[in-house]
Amino acid sequence: MSNIVLTADGVTKHFPGVVALRNVSFDIRAGEVHALMGENGAGKSTLMKVLSGIYQADGGSIHHQGHTQNFHSPKDARDRGILLVHQELSLSPELSVAENIYLGAWPTNSFGVLNKRKMNTEAQQALNALGCDFGPTVRVGSLSIAKQQMVEIARTLAFNANVVIFDEPTGTLTETEKSQLFDVIRSLRKRGVAIVYISHKMDEIFEITDRITVLRDGEVQGTVNTRDSSIAGITKMMIGRDLDQYFHRAQSIIGKEVLKVSHLSSQGLFEDVSFNVKAGEVVGLYGLIGAGRSEVAETIFGVRDRESGTIEFNGESVHFTSSRDAIDMGMALVPEDRKQQGLILGMGGRHNTSLPHLKLFSRMGVTDIQSELAVFKEYKEKLDIKTTGPEQVLGDLSGGNQQKFVLAKWLCAGPKLIILDEPTRGIDVGSKSSIHRYIAELAEQGLAVIVISSEMPEVIGVSHRILTMANGKIVGEFSGDEMTEENLITAVSVVSEVS
Amino acid sequence: MIESKRYGSMSSVLKILGENHIWFFLAICIAVFSWASPYFLTMNNLGNVLTQGSFIGLLAVGMTLVMINGEIDLSVGAILAMACALAIGLQDSMGALPAILLAILSGAAFGFVNGALVALSGIHSFIVTLGALIGIRGVVFIYTGEQALMVEDFSYTEYAEVYLGPLSLTAMIFLGFTALFQWLLSNTRHGREAYAIGDNIKSAHEAGIRVKRHKVINFVLCGVLAAVAGVLLSMRLGTAEPNAGKIWELWTIIAIVLGGTRLTGGYGSMWKTLGGVLTLAVMLNGLRLLNTPNYIELMVMGTVLVLALVLDKTLANKKTN
Repeated sequence: MSNIVLTADGVTKHFPGVVALRNVSFDIRAGEVHALMGENGAGKSTLMKVLSGIYQADGGSIHHQGHTQNFHSPKDARDRGILLVHQELSLSPELSVAENIYLGAWPTNSFGVLNKRKMNTEAQQALNALGCDFGPTVRVGSLSIAKQQMVEIARTLAFNANVVIFDEPTGTLTETEKSQLFDVIRSLRKRGVAIVYISHKMDEIFEITDRITVLRDGEVQGTVNTRDSSIAGITKMMIGRDLDQYFHRAQSIIGKEVLKVSHLSSQGLFEDVSFNVKAGEVVGLYGLIGAGRSEVAETIFGVRDRESGTIEFNGESVHFTSSRDAIDMGMALVPEDRKQQGLILGMGGRHNTSLPHLKLFSRMGVTDIQSELAVFKEYKEKLDIKTTGPEQVLGDLSGGNQQKFVLAKWLCAGPKLIILDEPTRGIDVGSKSSIHRYIAELAEQGLAVIVISSEMPEVIGVSHRILTMANGKIVGEFSGDEMTEENLITAVSVVSEVS
Repeated sequence: MIESKRYGSMSSVLKILGENHIWFFLAICIAVFSWASPYFLTMNNLGNVLTQGSFIGLLAVGMTLVMINGEIDLSVGAILAMACALAIGLQDSMGALPAILLAILSGAAFGFVNGALVALSGIHSFIVTLGALIGIRGVVFIYTGEQALMVEDFSYTEYAEVYLGPLSLTAMIFLGFTALFQWLLSNTRHGREAYAIGDNIKSAHEAGIRVKRHKVINFVLCGVLAAVAGVLLSMRLGTAEPNAGKIWELWTIIAIVLGGTRLTGGYGSMWKTLGGVLTLAVMLNGLRLLNTPNYIELMVMGTVLVLALVLDKTLANKKTN
């Protein structure tokens, strides 16, 4: 095939005890967006780190523009025009935009004195090419995440990159920011840049990419043209079996009302929100980011103050002033950002699981390790959590397994109502599927469940009933066959246009 | 349009002041002591304040570099004592100038050892330089034989007696280094690398910045500046006490942190450090002019330090909200 820019030929990489990459071969062409997919731990990140010089391969070779290369450092790869746009942005917040763009390659005279004017002018050119509305002298820490990402992309223009690797670039972006990013990716493609795009999100893959290479357990499962493939086909390649049922809707007996929210309002966030949830029922809350879904959940849970309206829980009017009250009454909220709110990554699974309920696990202030261990073991089996033991720190686990601990932590106290805010964001297909199955199981046991999600297939797949939210109001309710992607998107978009 | 422009320039002035709270604080201190003591606001006294502050100041300039890197150097007080002892101890046998050069070289050597140990072993600089603090002080005691060394030729003490108006040579050297290193921080590759490393060491490394070499250079600079302070102290006193500069590393850290430079690295400047050093010097001088007993002086200083940091934190929080 012509115009191949970068080829990996039989690349192998060992880490102590594991083979991260086994004989991996694939190629990237100029002017294409090439998706790299696989479950967490399949070796995508390792492969990208080998290609961009962060890791060195143990076997095989890398050919770049006709030359066999052996990158010793990210700088080596960058000098050849291969740049990585990191998932966790790798910028220095205290430095200026221009200084970050040229990090480590600042234009200087022979005495090491910076030529700030040259640097700022050239940075401005790169920013203009991307259509950025901020200047080169702004401090990076004062920019939004999406703009910081643009700084990383500007870096690829400044270094005249011929290969750009995007690692999960849309994880923290809103819809608008995402479509801006896609415009930028398309314009890079038009310039003939070879682009590698790593993501878990099928809709993005099918929207932006030309070819897809799937990795599983460090081996290439195949490369296909995007337009010739289907979500089901790719999923099968990723997990190595058919997902007989990709989503699991609970077959539960709907019982009495558990939660009743009436005319709940909070200034500037949401207004006149009314709905109910029954035992055994899964209610989906769909809406775009900023619609007020998380704020409603946090208000019910007592984290935020409400302005007006009432909340009835198990037939009793409640007004929680702290999350502690809500937890003690049998409510659980699994927050969206597990790293910031859900887990303590430096502690092990045992401690994380018992953390919100230490009262239940202790006698006179002394924790009972045996019962902690029993609960840890129970959920490790129930949720199929891959961890070496109760003390392994959660920071070492994959996102999917971390998320399972978030669930375990809230479920072990036996709540009556559980609110899940984006329960599967940024985790792999396999973990997603086991979390969906578990949501169904919970409802079948008689819990009332609220699932907040921005992913339509997910919210349709797991819910009995879906409420749509836009601009802080509930704008629609769908159940049964009415729960289609068309209905949901119309419901949330019509209202946003009006206001 | 004009309206917004004027607002823009005013807000940028406010921004600079807002980022350097310490200068407000310094102004308040000067105002209070001027009111409380008639001796405070005189040219002569202010010149003295600056000279007295210059020793901690020189240590602080070097340590600010290290701190922006996200490291710390606790051995500066001991390095100062060593340089002070060498400058006086060696000049009888080899003359003053070679002694001064050797003294400064000793600072560079200790700084190099500190930096190399930190960069190569990966042990935190707090531990490495805590070891150096104790070890170097031991060497000083051995070298001086636990006695204060006296200078033989008293003309040596006149080297530092150069004045430009109220500014002593010591103060000029301190201010010169402050300006030089501020320029280095903001206008040279090495200076910008210092922030990049302290801010996000991983991205700095991935961008091809030679992190280890960079850190070693900063520890050497810090050692050299501590030695320069030691030599200037030897000129001022004419003696070298083995206990010279004891716990000065703590006063240095206090001055830097008071100025607003972050202990965690990636943020700070020499202007902040200068503000911190001057505030500390003004407070010490002012309290002494008021004949404050020593223990009250310490109490006041401690309280003010904590209050200043609380204020700084509150203002920073207000800004982000």
